[in-house]
Amino acid sequence: MRQQLPSGTDSAAENEDRPAPALFLDNVVFRWPERRQSTLDIPAFVARAGEHIFIAGPSGSGKSTLLGLIAGILSPQSGLVSVNGVCLGKLSGAERDVFRGDHIGFIFQQFNLIPYLSILENVMIPCRFSPLRRRQASRQAGSPVQAARILLERLDMSSTLWSQRVNQLSVGQQQRVAAARALIGSPPILIADEPPSSLDADRRKAFLRLLHRECRETGATLLFVSHDQSLAEDFTSTVYLPEINRADKEPEQ
Amino acid sequence: MSRFFHLLFLAGKSAWNRRATLALVVFSIAVSTTLLLGIERLRTQIRENFVQAVSGTDLVIGARGGNIQLILYAVFHLGGATNNMGWNSAQEIAKRAEVAWAIPISLGDSHNGYPVVATTEDFFEYYRFQGGRPIELAQGKAFEAIFDVVAGAEAARNLGYAPGQKLVLSHGGSSAHLAKHTDKPFTITGVLAPTGTPVDRSFYISLAAMEAIHLNWQGGAPIPGLKIRPEQVTKFNLQPKSITALLVGLKRRSQVFALQREINEWKAEPLTGVMPGVAMDQIWQMLNVGERALLFVSALVTVSGLAGLASAILAGLGERRRELAILRSAGARPMDILILLACEGVLLISAGMLCGLALLVALLVFLAPVLADSYGVFLRLSPPKAGEWLLLGSICLAGFLTSLIPALRAYRMSLSNGLTVSV
Ligand SMILES: Nc1ncnc2c1ncn2[C@@H]1O[C@H](COP(=O)(O)OP(=O)(O)O)[C@@H](O)[C@H]1O
Ligand SMILES: [Mg+2]
Repeated sequence: MRQQLPSGTDSAAENEDRPAPALFLDNVVFRWPERRQSTLDIPAFVARAGEHIFIAGPSGSGKSTLLGLIAGILSPQSGLVSVNGVCLGKLSGAERDVFRGDHIGFIFQQFNLIPYLSILENVMIPCRFSPLRRRQASRQAGSPVQAARILLERLDMSSTLWSQRVNQLSVGQQQRVAAARALIGSPPILIADEPPSSLDADRRKAFLRLLHRECRETGATLLFVSHDQSLAEDFTSTVYLPEINRADKEPEQ
Repeated sequence: MSRFFHLLFLAGKSAWNRRATLALVVFSIAVSTTLLLGIERLRTQIRENFVQAVSGTDLVIGARGGNIQLILYAVFHLGGATNNMGWNSAQEIAKRAEVAWAIPISLGDSHNGYPVVATTEDFFEYYRFQGGRPIELAQGKAFEAIFDVVAGAEAARNLGYAPGQKLVLSHGGSSAHLAKHTDKPFTITGVLAPTGTPVDRSFYISLAAMEAIHLNWQGGAPIPGLKIRPEQVTKFNLQPKSITALLVGLKRRSQVFALQREINEWKAEPLTGVMPGVAMDQIWQMLNVGERALLFVSALVTVSGLAGLASAILAGLGERRRELAILRSAGARPMDILILLACEGVLLISAGMLCGLALLVALLVFLAPVLADSYGVFLRLSPPKAGEWLLLGSICLAGFLTSLIPALRAYRMSLSNGLTVSV
């Protein structure tokens, strides 16, 4: 089991000319505590900075679990997860939380917003926990509030909607507020876990276009998870999780 | 620090968002606070009142009977009348060498529900309360003429009396439409300064006046056909034959046991001498059982309020997993989640305690006159005292510890669940 980020000669990091990978998994094995069988056993997985990767796989194949590992919320039993050049295994739990707040924007599949906060307050949550993102948002827009306003405008959330309670928004609008929250302070990595199935195909596509546009704008790496392969077209690459995951095929020891 | 304030802000908003469910929790904590503090306040005030009223008196002497009853009636004008003691015995005792002063007291009449105390000038000179403070006149002077009356501070204030005011005494206790001594009106000559003792709620006349108004009375009713005009009374012997009690101060406190023994073996009539401190202790012991029961009940109410708090927050956790996962995804540590939920509990506790305090103040303001009227217990509005701070602190601490139950649950939840919260 390797504990260090491999050098350029390592087989997993394929191309030395490119910048350090935004994401690097090496022999990662993860098993949920009460499970006997591993959910994930991924020999290698790499994403370069700025790539837009579509992670496909049927329900229950471990996509969300994989995102949890990348976000540093879950820790693998063995193997190495490196994000933005930082090996998560070397960080303490609290350091991983700081790291996540600083570097990762997260969009959930559904019910993305905190019901008792206003739309602007929802967007600004990462700035509350990450001083880095607060600084970046302030540098870009003057203040976190201003950054939130600009992002919402860019995501077609006109200011007339801001005073509404979040649960009065349509699912699509909620999803865009969540995107604004993930994007505020320009984290280098954006993770989106399955857009809501309650969005129709056109709206899902429109939402994806917005995500692509914003990530290109900041140069962020986008990891997008869905079981719906029809969304894969605008991505730089598609990964089919069961293909890189050995866990299912291995019989239980 | 700003992180903590943000968590506090989140906790506040979250609680406010679920205020309909949480209002009940806040209410029950408010009730607990009111109960605990109210009982404590009542307990300490009653003791303070009692101690203040008798602290200057070494021995209360009266006809043989219940010791506690004698103290309650003679000093606090509470409870049923006791037998009278003879005037001769009273005078003999007053003349003894070890006695510094003796204040005879005769009770039985009232005015507008306030007891009328017949006594001598010695009352104004020697009566001591609150560890040695003498009685002072706020206005006017002590009684001189036969139908003069001096009013206690509160009685005068409540009835709007000032020196010069004429008034009529009622025969007997507190309730209305009693037989009245209309034929012999009194004039207020003085108003006493407030003492915080039953003195404030009494009227003072001379023993002679007490005799005078009852010249034409027998067995609690005027003798039919017998009329004695006020100016005629001085022709009669106005020396009392008996009094209710004698308050005695000694030259040296150490002599109290010897005198008490002699009083208890008094030849002329059966008497009893009660040391106020000893009687107080007996009263406390009686009250103690009730106090304990009350405290036990309010402790139960508090515990159930806190249990309600914990279960309300715990019940909310299920539907808030998503909310916590969102915070986690944005960089919140499990410790932040713990602080968030603990803050929520503490906010609820604080809100409950504040409501409880407000309720207590309202109750004190509303109940104080009632308690003073019917029990002679003076409740004062004042900032919390040591015992009350201790109670407030204990509620706060218990509330904080209770809040840790859901907080720890959420902490563990956010450690183990990752972000994969199924909805
Ligand atoms: N919190 C959890 N505790 C235990 N097992 C879990 C938990 N979350 C997911 N799993 C299990 O892990 C496997 C992968 O789930 P998940 O990563 O959510 O898949 P996907 O996102 O692809 O639908 C499933 O078998 C699921 O039951
Ligand atoms: Mg999933």
